Amino acid sequence: MHRDGVEIEDTFAEAFEMWAARIVITAEHRRWALTAAAAATGFATSIIGCGCEAGINELAADETTLDGRPGVAALFFAVSRKDMESQLLRRVGQSVMTATGTACYDGLEADERITIGGKLRYFGDGFQVSKLLGGRRLWRVPVMDGEFVIEESFGVAKGVGGGNFFIMAADYEAALGAAEAAVGAMRDVPGVIMPFPGGIVRSGSKVSSRYKGQQVSSNTPFCPTIQPLLEGALREGENSVLEIVVDGLDEQAVGNAMRVGIEAACRPGVRRISAGNYGGSLGQFRFDLHRLVRA
Amino acid sequence: MGCLSCSALMLEGGGISLERRESSPIPVEADSICPDRFVGLSLAEVAALPAYFGRRLVALGDLFDIDGMGAESITVRGDLRSVKKIGQRMTHGRITLDGECGQHLGAYMTGGEIVVHGDAGDWVGAHMAGGRIVVHGNAGNYAGGVYSGELRGMTGGTIVVHGDVGREAGSRMRRGMLVVFGDTGEFLGARMIAGTILVAGRIGRRPGAGMKRGTIVALGEAPELLPTFRLACCYEPVFLRTYVRRLAQWGLVDDATAGDGVFCRHVGDATTIGKGEILVRDQSE
Repeated sequence: MHRDGVEIEDTFAEAFEMWAARIVITAEHRRWALTAAAAATGFATSIIGCGCEAGINELAADETTLDGRPGVAALFFAVSRKDMESQLLRRVGQSVMTATGTACYDGLEADERITIGGKLRYFGDGFQVSKLLGGRRLWRVPVMDGEFVIEESFGVAKGVGGGNFFIMAADYEAALGAAEAAVGAMRDVPGVIMPFPGGIVRSGSKVSSRYKGQQVSSNTPFCPTIQPLLEGALREGENSVLEIVVDGLDEQAVGNAMRVGIEAACRPGVRRISAGNYGGSLGQFRFDLHRLVRA
Repeated sequence: MGCLSCSALMLEGGGISLERRESSPIPVEADSICPDRFVGLSLAEVAALPAYFGRRLVALGDLFDIDGMGAESITVRGDLRSVKKIGQRMTHGRITLDGECGQHLGAYMTGGEIVVHGDAGDWVGAHMAGGRIVVHGNAGNYAGGVYSGELRGMTGGTIVVHGDVGREAGSRMRRGMLVVFGDTGEFLGARMIAGTILVAGRIGRRPGAGMKRGTIVALGEAPELLPTFRLACCYEPVFLRTYVRRLAQWGLVDDATAGDGVFCRHVGDATTIGKGEILVRDQSE
């Protein structure tokens, strides 16, 4: 299959079930909600070394915040509920509560809950106040600029992590232009994040290493500079590869994001679009590129 | 006595209506008027439910003309000023009262909704734990309050009074919300332990007397506060924006932004643990 002159390889991306959470951060000014969200989702590119994967997601067009102030959503993905709780406690506590004027609410309707505000409330040192409204408990924690309002618990649900596709291009500029266009298109898809810096991965990995004790290493079959030295996966003329990884609240969201991203990446200079998998025996989700993209 | 228009089982339908046959100052205790009591009964069985007319035990059908089908919705009409305990302990459904009603409306209710198109007597929603009461007129004393000798009053639910309330509204509140668009009598939120009271009109004397925790919000005129309340600061309480917006979503208030802006926080009552608050809209705004 080809699209706009770019080969779409007949392969699939293998993705995994992960726990997902969505928080809504509000502030007096949007820039401070964004600042808090950026801090809370920082250093969260991969569960391998960061504990979770996270990113900022804009509110839906018809979504209003609980307190009517400007806000943004942040999505988090973790391997377990325990990891999610640990990560959110640290990130909300250190990066949202500390940001001036912010409040933090649950943004995911889910039956499973983790206690976040209910634990951070102790920062109030006995002066915190609980307010119960329509079944939702809010905590008001006294802080120096007034009060930090945070919801007692946040919903967690099973999401999808590790949707991906590779952009093989004639040169770095072409690969980068295509990747940036892809990420730009994908940011408009609700319920997904691209956790790597700028949404793009340059150092894709494989789950093996020649070194004892190292679990992952560079995705060497896709590294152009060493193709003659191993059983490379690149073809002649493919001189630069970038990967987009996408996590989402559900399979449909990830599929939609991959589709719009791949379509946006089909530009001059791009030779091929492929995807990463483990043979299909590990992940719970499979995204066939030919099913996602129409010629 | 007894007057029925049909005897069909009422599982579905547009609702049951009751119309008081004649006015009387003799008190009527009508806690039978409640969706929980009507469920699964025929009209004849509803009419046979007990009520007290003064100290005489009578049947509802002796006092009311009863018609319709559907226990989830009850409409009551006529002179209800002496009719007490309507909706007591209800857990679901809706009661609509066309006119003034007596005391103890919705006392101990845990769910459902009561709407009064008129004034309500004392003890509206006393010891309420859930559900909603909307009074389109005035409410008497002790709205959302507590019966003598009890330690806790209202513990949940929402009461909205579009007119005035009398004294000791929200007394010993342990949670829940009371919204008053008009004025309040004295001792609003006395001995409150938790919960929220919002007042758009004038607040009477001695609000929050003996308050331990909880929130009283003066959206309109600044009230005169007891000397045991101390000014903490003036700020924009974010939680209040959330509260009022939620009330607007529920259709209980028109202005979703009524909780926005700067409020001065007074903490007290210092005669207790003093963690209650009275938020007064900054008059300089």
